[in-house]
Amino acid sequence: MSIRWDWVARNLDEVAAATVDHLQLTLVAVAVGFSLSLVLALAVYRWRRLYGPVAGIAGLLYTIPSLALFAVLVPFTGLSFATAEIGLVSYTLLILVRGIVSGLDGVPRDAVEAATGMGYTDRQRLARVELPLAAPVIVTSIRLATVTTIGLVMVTALIGEGGLGQLMLRGFNRGFPTMVYAGVVMSVALAVVLDLLLVGVQRLLTPWSRIRSA
Amino acid sequence: MPDRASSRAATVAFDHVNKRYGHSGRGGGHRSDELPGAVNDLSFTVPAGKICVLVGPSGCGKTTSLKMVNRLIEPTAGRILIDGVDAADRDVTELRRGIGYVIQQVGLFPHQTIAENVATVPRLLGWPKARQRERADELLALVGLEPTTYAARFPVQLSGGERQRVGVARALAADPPIMLMDEPFGAVDPIARERLQDEFLALQDRLAKTILFVTHDVDEAIKMGDLVAVLQEGGVLAQFGPPTEILASPATPFVARFVGADRGLKRLSLRRVEDLELVPAVTAGVAETATAEHVRALTGSFPWLLLLDERGRPAGWVARADVRVGTILAEAPMAPAEPLLDRSVSLRDALSRLLDADVHAGIVVDREHHVRGLVTVTGIAELLRETAGPDGAELGSLDPLVPLDPLEPLEPLEPLEPPEASG
Repeated sequence: MSIRWDWVARNLDEVAAATVDHLQLTLVAVAVGFSLSLVLALAVYRWRRLYGPVAGIAGLLYTIPSLALFAVLVPFTGLSFATAEIGLVSYTLLILVRGIVSGLDGVPRDAVEAATGMGYTDRQRLARVELPLAAPVIVTSIRLATVTTIGLVMVTALIGEGGLGQLMLRGFNRGFPTMVYAGVVMSVALAVVLDLLLVGVQRLLTPWSRIRSA
Repeated sequence: MPDRASSRAATVAFDHVNKRYGHSGRGGGHRSDELPGAVNDLSFTVPAGKICVLVGPSGCGKTTSLKMVNRLIEPTAGRILIDGVDAADRDVTELRRGIGYVIQQVGLFPHQTIAENVATVPRLLGWPKARQRERADELLALVGLEPTTYAARFPVQLSGGERQRVGVARALAADPPIMLMDEPFGAVDPIARERLQDEFLALQDRLAKTILFVTHDVDEAIKMGDLVAVLQEGGVLAQFGPPTEILASPATPFVARFVGADRGLKRLSLRRVEDLELVPAVTAGVAETATAEHVRALTGSFPWLLLLDERGRPAGWVARADVRVGTILAEAPMAPAEPLLDRSVSLRDALSRLLDADVHAGIVVDREHHVRGLVTVTGIAELLRETAGPDGAELGSLDPLVPLDPLEPLEPLEPLEPPEASG
């Protein structure tokens, strides 16, 4: 159970590189996932009939065990960053599409009606009324997707990616717990830091949501 | 550009407007024009600067009609002409920015400050920031909200009544010639509602917008409308005219039923004491000695002598039987000199209060409490008879002055404000 601090001190570079890798895999997955989800969610918001199919497919992707998904992808896309991202992105879809749709659904109908009646175009209304009002719920779903993705990135170590997952995997293989601990600690730290950053973003975006009636 | 927004009001004309809600043609068992919200061959014209109230039971198509003006709903057939131009021919966004829109739930944007909310349309029109801000302050002051207090607040920090004022300010921001108001005061308590109504009418006196106003409340329709359009189920216009006409001569049994059995009283709420020819009061000073002259003056149908105190203010009533020649009038048994009425009191309130008094006459006084004359039940009834329309008698049992409905109590008394001079 003893941690070899000397190893940590000598290998800070490696730990840092693995953390950056991990962060990169996570951010790309959440960013791509959010872009896709926004398009899908807006389509669902506009054409309600799409909700069933979209939620169905996203839900199906979500239920595939991660290891199985990567195994299926490898023959097509190889042991690559792309393979990892395809898997990671597909896991964010369910959380993010649902989050964005329910955020938009939660926008007060009277505000939307007033906006339309006063001459907002559809695009202006979306950008200036609906999305800002949906922001608290949307950012919450991004936080959830981010934390989930940080966990899933670990698994991509098995296809040669994985950031901190690699560190852990090598630690296991060599029977060297210090590397495992380093991976665990750094991934938890990453999750906490990103979550706090997103909470900050949420507060910046929605100062109005914290004001309570006098 | 700020200056392009004209303060001129516009004429709004419905020209054979229809709205049908179908079942996309497949297996529809309903006659589509009977579905709630449908509108059937609606034609009427609201002159520039007037308030037209659309009133009717739920599902009569009044909100549908309103929303067809700013094209939130498109008519199935017919045209809505704004200053002679078909709304359908105008760019929908530009059309809406030129029409103030107030809804029951207000629809303020919770993520924007009150000032930002008010400046919504100026912002959409691309006014300079400073001008937007200036305009927001101007309008907040106009609706009675101190800008320094309210401008930076968020909607959640306001009461229902305050939000409703902000809603009105926002609708007025770009000085549109037309305002659409859909049950604008429906969500506030009755006391706040009455105040908002009064303030809005005072505002309209100055602004003279063309206003289409939807309500399901007949009393509100009568109070707010220069013109009232009564709609019935199926979106059929049952009657269109000034409120006095709707009350005095309902066009159909539906209208008569809808305006209520107490429409005689409702008509009274439209008239004020100053509209009435006052009955002269027989008066005497309290310190005077009763003379045969006094008794003779009381031989009419109203046998009460009104005593005035040394400053000429009503002190009490003395019945003719109690006026004993040679005695000091102050020593006679006196009934309280009530109610004292201001000339601006509605006849409905006046009637209610004089019926409640010992002597059934309202004493109309000026600011100094000097007596101008009397209001009597007979006088009020006379006025109603004179103003009943020519078809007033058409509906037999629905005689213009329907007896008081025992199930509908009179409104509670409103105390007369004490005149400044009495202090």
